[in-house]
Amino acid sequence: MTNQNIVENVAVKLLQLAVTELPQDVKEALQNAYRQEESKAGKTQLKAILNNIELAEKTRTPMCQDTGVIIFYLKAGAQVKGLNKIEEALRNATKRATKEVPLRPNAVNPFTQKNTGDNTGRFIPFIHWEIVPGNDIEITVFPKGGGCENVCALGMLRPGEGVKGLKKFVVDTIIKAGAKPCPPNIIGVAVGGGADIAMKLAKETLLRPLNQSNPDPKLAKLEKELHEAANSTGIGPMGLGGKFTVLGVHVEYAERHPASYPAAVAVQCWAARRASARIHPDGTVEYLTHKRPK
Amino acid sequence: MATYKLKTPISEEDVRKLKVNDVIYITGTMFTARDSAHKRALDYYKQDKKMPINPQGLAVFHCGPIVKKENTKWTIVAAGPTTSTRMDLFEDEFIKNYKVRVVIGKGGMGKKTTDAMKKYGAVYGAFTGGAAILAARAVKNVKSVEWFDLGMPEALWILEVEDFGPLAVAIDSHGNNLFEDIRKKVEENRPKIYEKLGI
Repeated sequence: MTNQNIVENVAVKLLQLAVTELPQDVKEALQNAYRQEESKAGKTQLKAILNNIELAEKTRTPMCQDTGVIIFYLKAGAQVKGLNKIEEALRNATKRATKEVPLRPNAVNPFTQKNTGDNTGRFIPFIHWEIVPGNDIEITVFPKGGGCENVCALGMLRPGEGVKGLKKFVVDTIIKAGAKPCPPNIIGVAVGGGADIAMKLAKETLLRPLNQSNPDPKLAKLEKELHEAANSTGIGPMGLGGKFTVLGVHVEYAERHPASYPAAVAVQCWAARRASARIHPDGTVEYLTHKRPK
Repeated sequence: MATYKLKTPISEEDVRKLKVNDVIYITGTMFTARDSAHKRALDYYKQDKKMPINPQGLAVFHCGPIVKKENTKWTIVAAGPTTSTRMDLFEDEFIKNYKVRVVIGKGGMGKKTTDAMKKYGAVYGAFTGGAAILAARAVKNVKSVEWFDLGMPEALWILEVEDFGPLAVAIDSHGNNLFEDIRKKVEENRPKIYEKLGI
């Protein structure tokens, strides 16, 4: 089989895995929230969430009807042959998964409001490319719902406001979002770079497993501080009150322009769907986020 | 806090009995409508054109489902609620013109909608966001699909449901709004959070 075929088949599998089964770290965080939530309304919501993900896994059905706009993150080995065919393979995989899983057709033309019907179109699915040494291809799919996407925020803060300004922006964004992004959420925060870089990093940091702490101790401390702050708001599961507004906060940064302090907050709903696999040159596939793909 | 099982068509009298924090289950007919369908429904009303169904006494569900067609039959695969605040743009007029009695969604709705619910007699039932399979299980039959030109998520899916719920009554027809109450509490917490973070 050529690389293109393998990539297409793996990508279909990853889309199916992502929308039907949450990674272990997310499941554990939700179970933990259910055990510890004190608000009755909040606990009821978490119980429904847990029941729903169990059913999704059992019946191989998408846990949420909003299967997102399809985004791929690729780490392609510089020695891999046929890199020019991968985009086509991922587009085909998206079309196939839309029918086979099925996924909801979520690609709409912003001028005519017409739905393309197959989750592909101009720039969609979007592919983030990274060329890395070696000859493996690592594919991550990240189907993110629209409700939580709608509350993502970019603040071009003033450098004089610094980290205090950043903290306030994060808290204000979470409070403003309230019940809308299906809490408990995961919050991706990135500062620096520029408007586009900050948002790209904020979103990408949502892919880090919840049980992995930030390797930078200063950032790990900031994450903890923001996590506690978010869970002191009282928004709670589905915004019906409680202490679990977020499951985690992840912080990333890039150096900034002396005159700019771009701060991006990417919000992820509780259905934090992601799936990754690595394709080796001999065609064998290693699934990284899900144990035994069925 | 009480639990009610409602059958469509639901009367104004039935809906007026409900209070925030009550739990309801709906059996009968409901239909999905999101941004585009609400907009078209209001345009139809202005033009004196009939909607494909009569919404009076029914429940409108803010939902863009995943639906599968096998042979000629549609089945619902996943059907969780979408964020209702987007429909705040239309819902007061929609309730006024079409007399729906229950609005189902997630995340709550604003003052304009709350006022319309009080005036015309309707409630907002919150369903757990993302719990798409739990919702799909209560759908017994897809009666029909209308306005399919709007796309699968935006079309009007007319559904036969059995004990659709639990729905937490989060806005009642007496002006109470649970989400608004939580928001007020969150606002009270905000200065304490700022202080702790040294802002």
